[in-house]
Amino acid sequence: MEDQTLLPHLFRTEYRNIVSVLCYLFGIQHIEIAEDLVSDTFLSATELWSVQGVPDNPRAWLYAVAKNKTKNYLKRNSLFENRLSKEIKYSADKAEEMEIDLSEKNIADSQLAMIFTVCNPCNAPESQIALALNLLCGFGGQEIADAFLTNKEVIYKRINRAKEKLKEANLKIEQPTVAEINERLETVLKTLYLLFSEGYYSTSQDTPLRKDLCSEAMRLTSLLIENKTTNTPAANALLALMCFHASRFEARTNEKGEAILYEDQDQTLWNKALIETGTRYLNRASSGHELTKYHLEAGIAYWHTQKEDTAEKWENILSLYNSLLILEYSPIAALNRTFALSKTNGKQAAIVEAEKLKLMDNPFYFSLLGNLYSELDNEKAIQHFETALRLTNAAGDKITLAKNIQRLKETNEVHNKEA
Amino acid sequence: MNEFLIAIHRDLKSKDASPSPEQMQASIKPFQEWIGKLIAQDRLVNPYRRWDGGGRVVKKDAVTDGPYAEIKESLGGLFIVRAKDYDEAVEIAKGCPILAWGATVEVRMALVNA
Repeated sequence: MEDQTLLPHLFRTEYRNIVSVLCYLFGIQHIEIAEDLVSDTFLSATELWSVQGVPDNPRAWLYAVAKNKTKNYLKRNSLFENRLSKEIKYSADKAEEMEIDLSEKNIADSQLAMIFTVCNPCNAPESQIALALNLLCGFGGQEIADAFLTNKEVIYKRINRAKEKLKEANLKIEQPTVAEINERLETVLKTLYLLFSEGYYSTSQDTPLRKDLCSEAMRLTSLLIENKTTNTPAANALLALMCFHASRFEARTNEKGEAILYEDQDQTLWNKALIETGTRYLNRASSGHELTKYHLEAGIAYWHTQKEDTAEKWENILSLYNSLLILEYSPIAALNRTFALSKTNGKQAAIVEAEKLKLMDNPFYFSLLGNLYSELDNEKAIQHFETALRLTNAAGDKITLAKNIQRLKETNEVHNKEA
Repeated sequence: MNEFLIAIHRDLKSKDASPSPEQMQASIKPFQEWIGKLIAQDRLVNPYRRWDGGGRVVKKDAVTDGPYAEIKESLGGLFIVRAKDYDEAVEIAKGCPILAWGATVEVRMALVNA
């Protein structure tokens, strides 16, 4: 790896590892100390490596320097004697004897414990996601701001407030016990689901960044699955869902970052290995009696990996959407159910159902109606697409809607000429 | 909008109970479709719940296992929907696929506290 890309890469992968281990050791109250020590380590690396060249094993170098800096800090600082030593979970009387364990196992354990801390419901979901990106994924403020389409200052404020909340709640950074798993894992899965969605559905046109968000969500979900107590059917279903969606990543945008609709995607660009991996996780998710919305959504996503429109495919998708709605109403599930209905019972039947939904401020409602009316009544279809265009703010959706309107108007002109 | 109780009663105990277990099995999918449709329209007041078919029957001096012994029809499904008036609520109830197999659906409007 080139020198100029090596450090940013290491920062992304190692910053979070060392911060997690130190936080796990110090407790959430001293999270800034942990972050400062690791930042300082990377600063030293930047200075020394540019003069002396990159060491043979850069990672080991970073770990060794981080350990030394931590020990020095603890020795120097009276904080350790007075407060920190009481809180540190390992029985260490003196800083010199303290083991800062940067083994693979402890890094994984620390990260898992940190996932449960960061995904605590004391913070709002968007704060949890920002915090997760910062502490668990090693994203900088600017990158997070780009992903959320906002500015750095907003993100810094959000992250700092979230950290304060965690301190106020005085959370222990620890892995949940078997008894706590169900309740706490639910909020963790929800945050990881949102993190993935942020990447997958973000209106940001920065495709590499969006891909990073998705792969980070998948990495963190895999961490849960690698651990025996958190390897639940729901976690497996969530990872399956992510694999199925991610399999279309290469096919769903063009080189300008614009969306390519499902029907127009080049199927040879779908990642078959990811589809297979997803299928494996979905099978594992079917053990036990638990049926979560991740199971149902993974089931739907599975059928979407079969591009061919078969009756079986849409019957299954419709039935999965029915079950999903029974579990939890959401406007988007209601719209998708109606789309599935148009595939099984025809457009006319779906229009009757769709017009009962009356989601009058939802652009997707009107774009669904536009789709259903296309070819049946192009004038009405155009009207609905135009309403959708007025209601949406997403640049990508605007392009798609404008294209639809254009296409319908052209068809109408041809018709008029023929008549 | 008013709220209406939708209570589905069906005969589960008599010798030729209607609907039969086979009919019940066959009705699962249409039933799910019916409920899914109502939820899609955001008609349900509370999240949909399934209820245990047996339950307990409590009387002054005895508690027995359900279904209720002295009446032929047991409660099969129970939920609350939003509808403009009785006409609209009845239209909703008419969609219940188990009607075809002899179930009855009771529709009751919630009274507004005056």
